[in-house]
Amino acid sequence: MKFVDEFRSGEVAKRVAEQIAGLAEPGRNYKFMEVCGGHTHTIYKHGVEDLLPPEIELVHGPGCPVCVIPMGRQDDAIAIAKRPEVIFTTFGDMMRVPASQGSLLDAKASGADVRMVYSPLDALRIARENPDREVVFFAIGFETTTPSTAVTLLRARAEGITNFSLFANHVTIIPAIRSILDSPDLRLNGFIGPGHVSTVIGTRPYEFISRDYDLPIAVSGFEPLDILQGVYMLMRQLAEGRSEVENQYSRVVREEGNPLALKAIAETMELRTTFEWRGLGFISQSALKLRDELAVWDAEVRYDIPGVRVADPKACQCGEVLKGVIKPWQCKVFGTSCTPDRPIGTCMVSSEGACAAYYNYGRHAGRRTPEPASVA
Amino acid sequence: MCLGIPGQIIEWVDVKTNIAKAEVSGVRRAVNVGLLADGPDAVDVGDWVLIHVGFAMSKIDEEEAKSTLEFLIQLGDPWHEELAELEGSKIE
Ligand code: SF4
Repeated sequence: MKFVDEFRSGEVAKRVAEQIAGLAEPGRNYKFMEVCGGHTHTIYKHGVEDLLPPEIELVHGPGCPVCVIPMGRQDDAIAIAKRPEVIFTTFGDMMRVPASQGSLLDAKASGADVRMVYSPLDALRIARENPDREVVFFAIGFETTTPSTAVTLLRARAEGITNFSLFANHVTIIPAIRSILDSPDLRLNGFIGPGHVSTVIGTRPYEFISRDYDLPIAVSGFEPLDILQGVYMLMRQLAEGRSEVENQYSRVVREEGNPLALKAIAETMELRTTFEWRGLGFISQSALKLRDELAVWDAEVRYDIPGVRVADPKACQCGEVLKGVIKPWQCKVFGTSCTPDRPIGTCMVSSEGACAAYYNYGRHAGRRTPEPASVA
Repeated sequence: MCLGIPGQIIEWVDVKTNIAKAEVSGVRRAVNVGLLADGPDAVDVGDWVLIHVGFAMSKIDEEEAKSTLEFLIQLGDPWHEELAELEGSKIE
């Protein structure tokens, strides 16, 4: 089995898996959702599900920040990027996301000045180096990434750099989890909580899951063993009739999160009334925009953007994939007209997207078919 | 972009703007450590941190750094891409 061959903690993993199996009640099925692209990636790459008893299913929620940006926002980004005065900066993953008329990469090929950056601070440096141009940063991501944008913005303000602005698309995880819990499509038995997001927000914001929905959550790290331990914690809670917030990743995540990061976010951004998520539709108070007093650095204020809502491509079932309703391979175009080289939907673009992760690693493991004879 | 990569802070570049140099798997680049500027997680030269898009996000111990690095390396392509992107970074 892949997991055991490749991962140093194979033996420990096997033991945890046995304990998990021992906690499964006969005849009962368990569905746990993870809401972090990194988890999705690990689960497929290491065939984590193969170690679990068949009663336990792991479903992948809207945890990949690239995946949840709707088509209309991608169109808006491209409209800004095409302005002659603009240098449009973005994380690499967003370059390939298909919009109505091609991707940012296509826009670049036809003359737009689109540049990939590692950090928003690199975008700010480009603004310093090009005082006669306007530099826009395509700010995306969950709470993990939002503080970086916030600190960059504070730095721009402190230095008085005004040829720099942000196209803010930061989303917040809690309303998305709530929306999944309120959706009738899916009945879950617990959550594997996101590791990095929780380093910023801490573990307290998840308390509503146990309080209002009577479900357990285990915030977990990214290694296969972390995820298995997270599943073990959920199973133990269910076996003991508990529903609590537990922290498997306490070596990195503190209960109170990172107060400086939260402060930087609060200083620069506020909740939008509503925001559209790919697949989940409009969710109220689920994304952030710049505070009014920072409008000079807000690309949505500076530029006339189309702001049109665009439906997903007909063939694409990213929406169902992001809600955990279908598995990637159940999409009709998966692996045929939609591949990482020619993605139709966002879930196939980022390596953390469920479709891409499954395409790259999971094709022999995730369907619960017996593994080919590679067992050592 | 979602990876948190472990690095060791090797020197300060500019204390005022919270920029320090970190070494990640042999690559040395400037990162912002302002989110770990004070409190129980305040960092200094010699400390290990998880870095995300040019920002130190959490302080970790050396053992955690090693095991995370080991995990990331076996990821293959996503890790190489992340490291290449870090190499292309020139934070001031
Ligand atoms: S396989 Fe492609 S088209 Fe189908 S849901 Fe995934 S990203 Fe969308």
